[in-house]
Amino acid sequence: MKIRNGWRATLVIALLATTPALAQTPKKGGTFTYMIPADAPPSLDGHKENTFATLQATAPFYSTLIAVNPDNPSSTTDFVCDLCTEMPKPTDDGKTYTFKIRKDVKFHDGTPLSAADVALSWQYIVHPPKGVSSARESYMVMVDTVENPDPETVVFKLKFATSAFLPALADPYAYIYKKETLEKDPSWFEKNVMGSGPFKFSAYEIGQSIKGTRNPDYYHAGQPYLDGFVAIFAAKQSVRVDAIRADRAVTEFRGMPPSARDELVKELGDKVTVQTSDWNCVNLLTPNQKKKPFDDVKVRRALALAIDQWKGAPALSKIATVHTVGGLVFPGSPLAATKDELIKMSAFSTDMDKARAEAKKLLKEAGAENLKFELMNRNVDQPYKFIATWAIDEWSKIGVKATQKVLPTGPFYEALRSGSFEVAVEFNCQNLVNPLLDVAKVLPRSVYPENYGGYEDPKLIELYNTMLTETDATKQREKMRAFETYALDTQVDTIMTPWWERIIVARSYMKGWKISPSHYINLNLANIWLDK
Amino acid sequence: MYRYILNRLLLSIPTLIGAAALVFILMRLIPGDICMVRLGGSGGSISASALAVCHAQVGADRSMPLQFLDFIGGFATGNFGISMWSGKPVVLEIATRLPVSLEIAILATVVAVLIAIPLGTISALKQNSWLDHIVRTVAIAGIATPSFWLGILSILVVLDVSRWLFGSPWMPSIDYVPLWVDPLQNLSIVILPALTIGYRYSAVTMRMTRSAMLEVLREDYIRTARAKGLLEQLVVNRHALKNAMLPVVTLIGIEFAFLIGGLVVTEQVFNLNGIGRLFVQAVQNQDYTLTQALVMLTVAVFVVTNLVVDVLYAWLDPRIRFG
Repeated sequence: MKIRNGWRATLVIALLATTPALAQTPKKGGTFTYMIPADAPPSLDGHKENTFATLQATAPFYSTLIAVNPDNPSSTTDFVCDLCTEMPKPTDDGKTYTFKIRKDVKFHDGTPLSAADVALSWQYIVHPPKGVSSARESYMVMVDTVENPDPETVVFKLKFATSAFLPALADPYAYIYKKETLEKDPSWFEKNVMGSGPFKFSAYEIGQSIKGTRNPDYYHAGQPYLDGFVAIFAAKQSVRVDAIRADRAVTEFRGMPPSARDELVKELGDKVTVQTSDWNCVNLLTPNQKKKPFDDVKVRRALALAIDQWKGAPALSKIATVHTVGGLVFPGSPLAATKDELIKMSAFSTDMDKARAEAKKLLKEAGAENLKFELMNRNVDQPYKFIATWAIDEWSKIGVKATQKVLPTGPFYEALRSGSFEVAVEFNCQNLVNPLLDVAKVLPRSVYPENYGGYEDPKLIELYNTMLTETDATKQREKMRAFETYALDTQVDTIMTPWWERIIVARSYMKGWKISPSHYINLNLANIWLDK
Repeated sequence: MYRYILNRLLLSIPTLIGAAALVFILMRLIPGDICMVRLGGSGGSISASALAVCHAQVGADRSMPLQFLDFIGGFATGNFGISMWSGKPVVLEIATRLPVSLEIAILATVVAVLIAIPLGTISALKQNSWLDHIVRTVAIAGIATPSFWLGILSILVVLDVSRWLFGSPWMPSIDYVPLWVDPLQNLSIVILPALTIGYRYSAVTMRMTRSAMLEVLREDYIRTARAKGLLEQLVVNRHALKNAMLPVVTLIGIEFAFLIGGLVVTEQVFNLNGIGRLFVQAVQNQDYTLTQALVMLTVAVFVVTNLVVDVLYAWLDPRIRFG
């Protein structure tokens, strides 16, 4: 994580913000205006939606059982209690987690929150009743039952012990709803807001803005600091840049491209602060193995060999929201491959002359010397179109001619699902870093419905399952390497591109907020204050 | 005249049915699935059960003919249905956005008329003078300049000028406030888009006013009026301008109808939550019910505007009578 002040790119490690001696006392008051870089979300129900627009609009109203530590959000393993009293130690060989729930929490309507509310909310997330949808159901495959034996206790019983459980439990969408309301009408939360979070709902103008006011009964002492907030939906980047420029809004929490950052820093100097982080999002170049010649591993490997990851990443980072070369696992995770481990795989070669000579040889052997294909892409500028343009240029160096076909989101997904593409620019962007679940993206479609590579591979599934149930950190890391090497090097099921970079530009009077590797977490605004 | 209006309204029914059938078919020709866009558009895993629940909720699991009958039946009874994206009544979705678009459209029309008619008239009266050349240059520049580009430019100008004047860049609030809540703040938000749209609108109208005036000024009855010794002011205002207004009124009507729903990019540039932006979202999200309702609204606006224009013809030109 980096914090940057001023145009001359003075990089200051976040030490400044975390050193107690230099920490400032938060000031109370003020209305915080921020932008949500999206149009109106389909609904306000965190359990049902996947879009960050829902989360960035409603997170301040709700509590969750546990959360990524808001004081250390860049960590991928630091979780703290929100509604529980302390993080539990697992029992029953790692298959049972018992949470004690705080007694001082009230919903915004004044009724007390109990373990029954927590348990039912989680039951709806893990095993939704018929006719109710849960967008997080597939992330909670390890959970067997959720019970509340008494008004202060919630017990999660797992089908198998796994270290993927706690990160999954910290899912920022896992709002705790009032049991009575949820039982009466499970769709009530789609159009209404009533939680126990730091802010109370005050107004929602569809497609325009959502507003909240401070919850005086909030259970974390002293918080929130703000009197209220206004979140403006602003899908267009130029609008957001101009709004920060004219101090009409303090920031946005998704991420800006380098050009926007540079424009704002150049104009506003130390009136803005820049925080950057690796982002738990990555584009994948996925060949459709149901189409020739991509069913031939030699062709797939040739495409991977042609791409110079190590030169590409720094060059692209100047113009696109990408930064770090990595494998299947988010680069900041303890489970991620190191550079030494990456370069052992052919797709991450540092000797590009040799790699490209090998690629040409492989294409010749596969009878695909003059390979031409269409690279299907989504109609999103950052970084999709930049990634595609770069990949096409890299492939041209081994004589492969690819043309980019850009589609709007709907037709793009339709083509992925129907398999009517040759190679696609896909993406893997998860709510929070949970490598064991995140890497499931490369599993065959029979296991992971959002895999579009068109292959079945029992060995890959077996490697994954042994890794998922491994609880020893060292062994798990070894198994992750075996899984990654098999998917990226042996089978070349997908081709990695540099992991995204999250750039947050904010007015420098915004304090207390720290960047995380995800635009889904640390968004309840409880820790933000305005130094005005 | 009432009979004429009734006839025109009856004639609009096949137009509306044709438009309804067209939009219904065209929307379904676009490949994709609203539930995939909704659940998978931001990445992440989608469970099969979540997808099935979504399909059932939005009615995507029903047959096409049934969907069409629902749509036509609903439209006939004034029930536009529920937005497949937000689950809210389509009428509510439109009603939330319509005041913004309507306000911009009215303001832009006022700006356009105030600029175009006097300048177009002067330009015609002073044909080939330096004044005429300036007016024509301004008009051609207006036609050639896209409103959204002018919008971006005007924002930058305001930011730079305010920084130069006050030391830091300024823009009006980004949070739209309705006219009846705070008229001053509302005006500060809508004035820039109204001016940028109004400029292009006025440029087109100015050209039309000029050419219509030039044509009318050469008519025999104008020569006769002048020969009778009428004051030039009366000749221009009473005899020339009123008659020259026929094509201008048609143009103003068409442009006004276009502004309701046609300000797609301009609304995005100024982050205005209007009908144009809603239109784009509805198409992108593959929200059939909302897109259908918006198309029908646009068709209805055009039909009504054309009718109003036709009625105005009779007032402007006594020779026109409704048969």
